[in-house]
Amino acid sequence: MSQQTHPASRLSTLQAAFVVARRDFLAILFSRAFLFFLLGPLFPIIVGGLAGGIGSEVQREATSVEIGIGMNEADTASMIASADAMREGMGGYIPPMVALSDEQRAMEPKQILRERVGNFAAIVSGTPEAPKLTAPEGQIDRWRGQVGLVAAGSIGSAPNQFPDIASEVVASSGATEKRNRVLTAQAGQMLLFLLTMLLGGMVLSNLVEEKGNKIIEVLAAAIPMDAVFFGKLFAMLGVSFVGIMVWGGVGGLIFLGGGFSMGSFAAPAVGWPIFLGLGVIYFAMGYLILGSLFLAIGSMAATVREVQTLSMPVTMLQLMVFFFATYAMAKPGSTMEITAAIFPFSSPFAMLARAAQLEELWPHALAIAWQAVAVAIFVKLGATLFRRRVMKSGPRGANTKKRRFWQRKAAAN
Amino acid sequence: MHMPLSDTPLEHNGAGYEETNASMNDTSPPRDTRPLAIEARGLVKNFEGTLAVDGVDISVPEGAIYGILGPNGAGKTTTLRMLLGIIDPDAGVRRVFGHDDPHQIAKLIGYLPEERGLYPAMKAYEAIGFMGALRGLPLEEGKARGRELLEKHDLGHAVDRQIRQLSKGMAQTVQLLGTLVHRPKLVVLDEPFSGLDAINQGKLERMIRDLAAAGTTVIFSTHVIHHAERLCEGVAIIAGGKVPYAGSVEAARDRIPAQVRLETRERKGRWLKALPDDVRREGDFWNFSLPESGIETLLRALIEGEAGILSLSIERAGLHDAFVHIAGEAAARALEADNAAEVSR
Repeated sequence: MSQQTHPASRLSTLQAAFVVARRDFLAILFSRAFLFFLLGPLFPIIVGGLAGGIGSEVQREATSVEIGIGMNEADTASMIASADAMREGMGGYIPPMVALSDEQRAMEPKQILRERVGNFAAIVSGTPEAPKLTAPEGQIDRWRGQVGLVAAGSIGSAPNQFPDIASEVVASSGATEKRNRVLTAQAGQMLLFLLTMLLGGMVLSNLVEEKGNKIIEVLAAAIPMDAVFFGKLFAMLGVSFVGIMVWGGVGGLIFLGGGFSMGSFAAPAVGWPIFLGLGVIYFAMGYLILGSLFLAIGSMAATVREVQTLSMPVTMLQLMVFFFATYAMAKPGSTMEITAAIFPFSSPFAMLARAAQLEELWPHALAIAWQAVAVAIFVKLGATLFRRRVMKSGPRGANTKKRRFWQRKAAAN
Repeated sequence: MHMPLSDTPLEHNGAGYEETNASMNDTSPPRDTRPLAIEARGLVKNFEGTLAVDGVDISVPEGAIYGILGPNGAGKTTTLRMLLGIIDPDAGVRRVFGHDDPHQIAKLIGYLPEERGLYPAMKAYEAIGFMGALRGLPLEEGKARGRELLEKHDLGHAVDRQIRQLSKGMAQTVQLLGTLVHRPKLVVLDEPFSGLDAINQGKLERMIRDLAAAGTTVIFSTHVIHHAERLCEGVAIIAGGKVPYAGSVEAARDRIPAQVRLETRERKGRWLKALPDDVRREGDFWNFSLPESGIETLLRALIEGEAGILSLSIERAGLHDAFVHIAGEAAARALEADNAAEVSR
């Protein structure tokens, strides 16, 4: 007897993954539960924004950030009078402006700021007609408007035009810059961690739901399990990006509305655009790595309870990995930091921190490639586990006395 | 054309198939020249110490309706899953349309699992379209075909209803249509009659016959002998993970000699000696297996012995008897218990 060979006809893994991803993405996006999912984190963001606003106000009061006026005596008085007058109408928008002391006036504005003589955020010198603003990078834009307004006010009560403002950037000292970049790195890591932990669980619940629907066998028969897993991961990633866009949009509005600017953080070593781009990529990679792990867990668990039991240690492990990455970040280039960058679960966090502190870009290309390989390995492992452990049936009862999930033996059919 | 999997492959003859453990004789019908849709040899699957399937051989010609018959727990689902590539066998080989990896020809296969599953929030036509998309059919075309199929199968009113709003039977039909939407050449149905009422079982039987008439190979598992007997030209009887018989339904029935039921006026006489050894008496009736020599010699002896023949009937064994004969009483009892359990549900 012989068999007639029909030409191969199947979807590629990518096409199959797309079919699954499209279904999952749209199903989740247009579900009522997703609306609640979107709204949930907005409450802490709004509350956090309000608290942050209050906090920053308190901080502003406590630290009394001032603009030093280093013009001649008459102009300084005119500027301060103008600022006081405007503050009555505009409140906190116009910062306190104070005259420099004679001792300070004898120094260069750059020197005053660099040596932290006084508590000045910026120094205005020159004349009201041609003011010169000296401030650290990122602070120039923050104060330019207010200084221009005050200078215009000091020239006349109804100015037709604002004076041009010359600016001079004061570089922070090396130590200060490093310290500030560490803060930027920490903030980036924290945000990355929160997002991956918040959204990683979605993958898990999705797979459990799939098992509940019993549709998984239809998928497994039609397309490779790798494609099912990839499809689910990328659908969830897409959903995550939607969530991040919404939360980021609202958070950004609150951030900007509260008078904050990115200038509050030191510029990362690779610059803001690349840092933000890498942030998106490392979030995607961190999410995919964690998601593939959760999928593997989901493949071993039969019930929601089992999933919760199994995911708890993983969550704890992830927390430890995060602390490891945070600790390693303090010593860029050290063995520990390199280890954190290589270990797949800590790699996205470690590399984002590196982007904040070191300018080199090639390690990021290497890390992203390695993280992609790690995702592929985890997905393959998860899919294999799934096929081995889940795709078996058995008579409920006779041969299957209650066992733990790791002891459970399958009976035929 | 592909080479067979072994040097001594199973043959199927004009009656459909050669029996796996029966001898051929010279009067065998002409050989079936149809190529095989499925060919499996020595499939073994072990789940952590439990031998689920133990050396299954199956050959299914293209265009045939083939049944895998056995009680729950016999290994039917595991066998089907191995044939479809959902799980890999620990030993043995399988070929579907000449491919070792069934996923390579996923577009040619439709599969209805025993545990039915659809996304509850999807509309009926969307669910069919999605199942088609999994098998390579463009989504929009699948949805359009889904609408047509639903209309054709008297479910036009359910086209835009969500799966969660459908009855169990309707949802099952939707899934079956999703299995067929991409017009597969091989349809694999795991316990397709389970959970259906008599009317829908009849519809499904018609659908299976129509598929086969159109050249589609259909293989289904069941624990209901009547479905296999009515529909299949070939069956694999499976019990305890083994397949003691795989071949044509007719050949399975021929495993048991026809039963003779004889009514005589006389109770005694020298003609009694002419009756076969397995004769059993029930009132005025004598029941025994048809002798290998045929009925003519026996009749002559009865007439000459003046038995006074009042009636005589010869009944060919049914598939149920064949199943008992082949798989044993225990397997038959398990099969009947499964049927009874399902009816009570």
